[in-house]
Amino acid sequence: MKHVDEYRDGKLARAIAATIAAEADPTRDYAFMEFCGGHTHAISRYGLEDLLPANVRMIHGPGCPVCVLPIGRVDEAIELAKNPDVTLATYADLMRVPGSRGASLIKAKAAGADIRMVYSTLDAIRIAEERPDRQVVFFAIGFETTTPPSAMAVKLAEARGLTNFSIFCNHVLTPSAIRAILEAPKTGGLPPVRIQGFLGPSHVSAIIGTKPYDTFVAEFAQRIVVSGFEPLDVMQSILMLLRQVNEGRTAVENQYIRAVTPEGNRAAQALVDEVFELRDSFEWRGLGAIPHSALRLRERYATFDAERRFAMTPIVASDNPACECGTILIGAKQPADCRLFGTVCTPETPMGSCMVSSEGACAAHWTYGRFRDRARASAGRAAS
Amino acid sequence: MSETREPRLRRRRMDVKSGRVDLSHGAGGRASAQLIDEIFRDAFSNAWLDQGNDQAAFDVPLVPGGRMVMATDAHVITPLFFPGGDIGSLAVHGTINDVAVGGAVPLHLAVSFIVEEGFPLADLKRIADSMGRASREAGVPIVTGDTKVVERGKADGVFITTTGIGVLAPGVELSGDRARPGDVVLLSGSIGDHGVAIMASRENLGFETAIVSDSAALHRLTAAMVAAGGTGLKLMRDPTRGGLAATLNEIATQSRVGIRIAEEALPIKAQVVAACELLGLDPLNVANEGKLVAVVEAGAAEAVLAAMRADPLGREAVAIGEVIEDDRSFVQMTTSFGGGRIVDWLTGEQLPRIC
Repeated sequence: MKHVDEYRDGKLARAIAATIAAEADPTRDYAFMEFCGGHTHAISRYGLEDLLPANVRMIHGPGCPVCVLPIGRVDEAIELAKNPDVTLATYADLMRVPGSRGASLIKAKAAGADIRMVYSTLDAIRIAEERPDRQVVFFAIGFETTTPPSAMAVKLAEARGLTNFSIFCNHVLTPSAIRAILEAPKTGGLPPVRIQGFLGPSHVSAIIGTKPYDTFVAEFAQRIVVSGFEPLDVMQSILMLLRQVNEGRTAVENQYIRAVTPEGNRAAQALVDEVFELRDSFEWRGLGAIPHSALRLRERYATFDAERRFAMTPIVASDNPACECGTILIGAKQPADCRLFGTVCTPETPMGSCMVSSEGACAAHWTYGRFRDRARASAGRAAS
Repeated sequence: MSETREPRLRRRRMDVKSGRVDLSHGAGGRASAQLIDEIFRDAFSNAWLDQGNDQAAFDVPLVPGGRMVMATDAHVITPLFFPGGDIGSLAVHGTINDVAVGGAVPLHLAVSFIVEEGFPLADLKRIADSMGRASREAGVPIVTGDTKVVERGKADGVFITTTGIGVLAPGVELSGDRARPGDVVLLSGSIGDHGVAIMASRENLGFETAIVSDSAALHRLTAAMVAAGGTGLKLMRDPTRGGLAATLNEIATQSRVGIRIAEEALPIKAQVVAACELLGLDPLNVANEGKLVAVVEAGAAEAVLAAMRADPLGREAVAIGEVIEDDRSFVQMTTSFGGGRIVDWLTGEQLPRIC
């Protein structure tokens, strides 16, 4: 497939792997965080871990939209779906995300709630047009990549005079999450994690550009390489981070030049800015409440805001105490460190959100990488 | 029953008291296997069912040495008509294939229709004609049937269940629990064609591809494989719902072995790769209706592969991997990058009703 195969060339990948192995300083330990679930997925799906030297470690970050959605918001969506007037349109990933007491949208659907899986916001708009008797709510989640389509849907709904369409907005902001991780040693709210550089988001950066990351170099002396989602992109970006460490540099670099510019997509930014405004604070699973980290509809578009239209009341709910999603999301633990992993928590019966989306660290490790666990465990035993 | 026993996984049992059937129970993955295991196998358990194959082989009383195979399959596909077939031809092919991959020669089919009130007679005739044509082409006649009509809204157009019987030649013993380390895994052709053809023909996905369903009756191919492989042919299975991934996991679990395949060996059409890329699907999880997987002893692999390639439906047959020792029953794949990964059962909601 054109424009894809080029970035999945196994031979080239092995050549980059050889360069990484040659340049990695054996006296150093390298720890890089891939922020996005898309990177986590590519690393697991292509077995890239096997191509890296033992002293180059990738830490999974929180950039999985489904994973960081707090359990209370899932409960609110389920409550909304139970409203007999409501048709809830959602991306399929959200169907199995566990709410409180084992509830989920897929179970609510089986019990009679009108929940439709859609591929795009336009599908939700079409349902609203076809069913004027139904209140169609789009369950909007995601980082800066999925926000412009939500904004577009709101504008379209207004232009077409749809009075039965609204969105349940859960859009969150990437730079706020990176900041929360970097500030952890200072704030003490999160366990500090040693990170020498980030694989920066690819699709998100196509929207916001690379400039928003400059502050992390200035304030935290961090390294960021904005990286494409294809496996070769990931390999090359790891090499770029490694070279920054070896050369003692800290900088924002852009590996994904075929899609990302310093300024980003101005039209999309303007659209989002027109429709959405910052929330004072938003709860993230794993990261806790982060100020100015999420969006809500502006007053001007309040009529399309499901939270206002249905006078939704916030639900505060806590995760299963044994679930390690929180510490896994910030890279402090690995999936196999969780007692629930693979025992009661599997993609079929997820206890935590990281086990649901294919971009979640636990699901990626379960689906692609868990065959390594036994070797890792025996290596650990031999070492101790 | 078209699922085998579920993976040996420590996990919660289903909540039979207050739980409900949801779409994941029908997706051909682990939840489907669990539903069958905890509801149906609990209730029906017997020696034939517990083999966990897509068909049951049984001795025929009063006929010394006589053995037969029986299989059944319900078809609820939407849309009813798709590039490369329709629900009728699919219902004929699907059940013939379930009998054939048991190593048997399919003899007869039975069919039952559940039709929704208001369903156009013209569509029903088109489907019946297609079934007649498919069964005549295969040489497997539909010899009995039943029809029920339900009120509007109680079904979606038409649902078709077909049941097939076949006869086993002496000495043919195929079963999903017979794979052993060192055996070779063969695949009869490209994967994902049926699932992608169905998805592309759903108007709400808004894209078109040139891919047609691979729906076909495989019994001539399987007969050639049985003849060529002899006792070296251990098992065959058709990777329908849940795709190649589910089938390989069923075999690994049933035989208590591991399987390792090579990504570079997998035949996948460029259009299928492209459509899967767009939809976020893995071709390994996408359904096929005219392909089969076989596990053969290494010594018989070449002969079976040659027999497959001599049949029009096996022209692109390839060896995709080998059976290895693994008490965890993992299916692993060497990626095109040279790394390793697991090939897991389907999880999540594949688009509903593909077969």
